[in-house]
Amino acid sequence: MSEISNSSAATMGASPSSRYYVKEHHPENGTLLGFWMYLMSDCLIFACLFATYAVLGRNYAGGPTGAELFDLPLVAINTSLLLLSSITYGFAMLEMQKKKVKTTLIWLAVTGLLGAGFIYLELYEFIHLIHEGAGPQRSGFLTSFFALVATHGLHVSFGIVWLITLMFQIKKHGLTPENGRRLMCLSMFWHFLDVVWIGVFTFVYLMGVLP
Amino acid sequence: MSAPQHQAHPSHAEKYGHEDGFDVHHHDHTADHGSLKSYTIGFVLAVILTAIPFWLVMGNVIEKSSTAGFVLLGLAVVQIVVHMIYFLHMNSKSEGGWTILALIFTIMVVVIMLAGSLWVMYHLNHNMMPGMSQDLIQEAVPGSMQNMQHNMPGMK
Repeated sequence: MSEISNSSAATMGASPSSRYYVKEHHPENGTLLGFWMYLMSDCLIFACLFATYAVLGRNYAGGPTGAELFDLPLVAINTSLLLLSSITYGFAMLEMQKKKVKTTLIWLAVTGLLGAGFIYLELYEFIHLIHEGAGPQRSGFLTSFFALVATHGLHVSFGIVWLITLMFQIKKHGLTPENGRRLMCLSMFWHFLDVVWIGVFTFVYLMGVLP
Repeated sequence: MSAPQHQAHPSHAEKYGHEDGFDVHHHDHTADHGSLKSYTIGFVLAVILTAIPFWLVMGNVIEKSSTAGFVLLGLAVVQIVVHMIYFLHMNSKSEGGWTILALIFTIMVVVIMLAGSLWVMYHLNHNMMPGMSQDLIQEAVPGSMQNMQHNMPGMK
């Protein structure tokens, strides 16, 4: 209510600076809230894939089981890479708040490299599985496994593309309000993917090797 | 009418007059972005909550797999909450409470969907024709599965 009367007061002939405040304040909140809505709908996609895996995860069709296929040390390395990338992104956000362009870029680059390492190990695992004849067409278990884990991997890959784009933007335009907002959105996206990965390594890998 | 309200937000009007509105805006929401301390606490908690499940499974600590499964799921839920609070900076006040509302709605839909699918599919499996079950095939025709497996790629 006070916002509305404030805006009418501003348009009635106050200084232009207060009008700027009223006009700019809400769209930014709108972006972050809208992006959160997108993340929640993305969450539903992952929930569908988790539900599929929950239903089909033990349908081996006489083929290899999770206990035979999964390489837990590799998954542990992957998990730590993603977790580390989460905190390095956090450091990038802290540097962004301090308006330090160079250190922000460095932390973003570290985050990107950790993400790339994650994708590399995941692709290595997939290629290894397919070479063993445990491709997505082998059984219901492997179909749902590839669908879930690869969807997450695709998200991380697009996150890296977005991150590189933002690094060029920051290099060219500096830490402008627009770039700050974009960094906030990518931060939410990146941490969200880490949250999804918790579900993946617990539900798919760790519970998959339980007898 | 307008004069006292402008007095109430003199800092906004002044600060947003500057070129750099972004910094000021974020100054208003410092709590949303976390600090070095909150990120570190979150990271340490996350590392512990990741290490425990891996240790439980790789070290075969819990004999009964159903118990181990519940412990793993419980730890995952705790870790997700930790990530939400320390990395995603969720609280009931961000965006005027709309983010938490969206989150609660999503959790509701996800729980209904997951529990519903598992429930329905479990009963469907139970009501399938007996011949479809893998174990029964093995019991009825011993050796047939083993022969099949020899011809299948990727089998050990």
